[in-house]
Amino acid sequence: MTVWRPTLMTRLMLALAIVLSAFPLYWMLVIASRTNSDAVSVPPAFLPGGNLGENIVAVLDNEDAHFLVGLTNSFVVASVVTVSVVVISTLAGFSFASLSFKGRNALLLLVLLTMAVPLQQMGVVPLYRLMVNLEWTGTLKAVILPYLLNGFGVFLMTQYTRQAVPAELVEAARVDGAATLRIWWNVVLPAVRPGMGVLGINTFMLLWNDYMWPLIVLTPDNPTVQIAINSLNARFSTNYTLIFAGTALSIIPLIAVFIAFGRQIVGGLMEGAVKA
Amino acid sequence: MPYVLVSPYFLLFAAFGLFPLVFTLYYSLYDYDLAGTTEWAGLGNYAELLTDEDFWNAVVNTVGMFFLATVPQMLLALMLANALNKRFRFRLAIRMSVLLPLVTSVVAVAVVFTQLYARDWGLVNWVLGWFGVDPTNWRAERVPSWIAIATMVDWRWTGYNAIIFLAGMQTIPRDLYEAAAIDGASRRRQFWQITLPMLRPTMIFVVLNSTIGGLTLFSEPTTFYNGNVDGGSQGQFQTVAMFIVKQGFREFDYGYAAAAAWLLFLLILIGALVNFLFVRRIGGSK
Repeated sequence: MTVWRPTLMTRLMLALAIVLSAFPLYWMLVIASRTNSDAVSVPPAFLPGGNLGENIVAVLDNEDAHFLVGLTNSFVVASVVTVSVVVISTLAGFSFASLSFKGRNALLLLVLLTMAVPLQQMGVVPLYRLMVNLEWTGTLKAVILPYLLNGFGVFLMTQYTRQAVPAELVEAARVDGAATLRIWWNVVLPAVRPGMGVLGINTFMLLWNDYMWPLIVLTPDNPTVQIAINSLNARFSTNYTLIFAGTALSIIPLIAVFIAFGRQIVGGLMEGAVKA
Repeated sequence: MPYVLVSPYFLLFAAFGLFPLVFTLYYSLYDYDLAGTTEWAGLGNYAELLTDEDFWNAVVNTVGMFFLATVPQMLLALMLANALNKRFRFRLAIRMSVLLPLVTSVVAVAVVFTQLYARDWGLVNWVLGWFGVDPTNWRAERVPSWIAIATMVDWRWTGYNAIIFLAGMQTIPRDLYEAAAIDGASRRRQFWQITLPMLRPTMIFVVLNSTIGGLTLFSEPTTFYNGNVDGGSQGQFQTVAMFIVKQGFREFDYGYAAAAAWLLFLLILIGALVNFLFVRRIGGSK
């Protein structure tokens, strides 16, 4: 087996990639912890200052941004959607992977097709009209319900169940007289847990970062965190310390999730790529 | 029972997938005005769009930014993946750091880059100043604004695509390389003759993903103009997705926005097809 040793060029390139990846985040921290006159001085300051706490308080107190509401709302929306999508997808994935029924392949094809359509951009007009008619605009329902539809989740969990749950296992459980839902709960769910993790993290990040649809359907006084940042950005566009403190607050949960589950995220991405 | 298990998904699909698609088509055939009156327009909205300079401007911007972002991104991701495919200590840590941009929220990134590209105090102009380049007003002109937005997109996605390429590279059997090495093929030649052709399925996946993402670009250019969907004073970086939001939710012309959404879908289909054919030809001498 050949062992591929990195050359000096390779090492330099990786080092550069790491620095470039981290720099904007470092920069966010630098500006968020300084005063605004530092943020607009040339040459700029390159080290963090001592104003982080002050700037964060300013963001949380800002009456236009409703930042705390935004953070809370994003937590609620992302959590509810994540749990629901994982349940819906594991149920459907189990059905597609382990049970045989008429029209299975046609339905699975339909799932694949929905993955290819950017529904968020395509269907935005009728979805908005629907929310107006239901009087849901400005409420969290409007940003939760459309996202429960997640073709990627069903596809991923189908693939995952196929690989992780042998048909004999399902058969054996059935012979023992277990009901289908029981098999799902006792046999399938424990086996596909890593897949659920990947899907869960993926969905949470998608919802946390979502911008276009909440911008259309929510109002600035009941925002998600991205809309709260948007309000800051629209009204105080050159008050960088304020906005940067907001963005720093908004990415803390994501960075925390990433650090906690980094191994699973990297592994899940790489596995998913090979399967697709 | 199997039907019951898949039914939640398909109920959601009917409500939030099929219904919006069908009704987008329906809306696109009507004229709406602010008072809420509707009038049958036939294909009028489509005809109007095809002669609307603002719409074509948005199409040109979207496609232009897509190319500016995607071409360097694919090359860099391939190089990075190739580098990551060597033996290292701290492998997980290195992979995680190139994925770090992906987990950062888009709006936060766009805010940071907008400050970095500021004309008077941005770091980019400061660094360019060392080389005698006069300060650029990145937001005011078409190509500079495209470059600024393309770097935001690339910062976010290059590492991700590199990891996907890496996954593809690791499925290539090592003995292919060993046989090539015995035949005296250089590392560079091995990359072009083995890695690239074998990577084609992964590349198709990555390119199609980038096509859908790139042609529906919205968050970065909108944040670059402080949350305004006009895309600059002359619309120099307004994308089609921003055009749709502007027509639908700033001017409340639902029919026009819906028709534009279908044309965007068409654009994505064309883009996906062209890119698919292009990737299929890469290293496709066999």
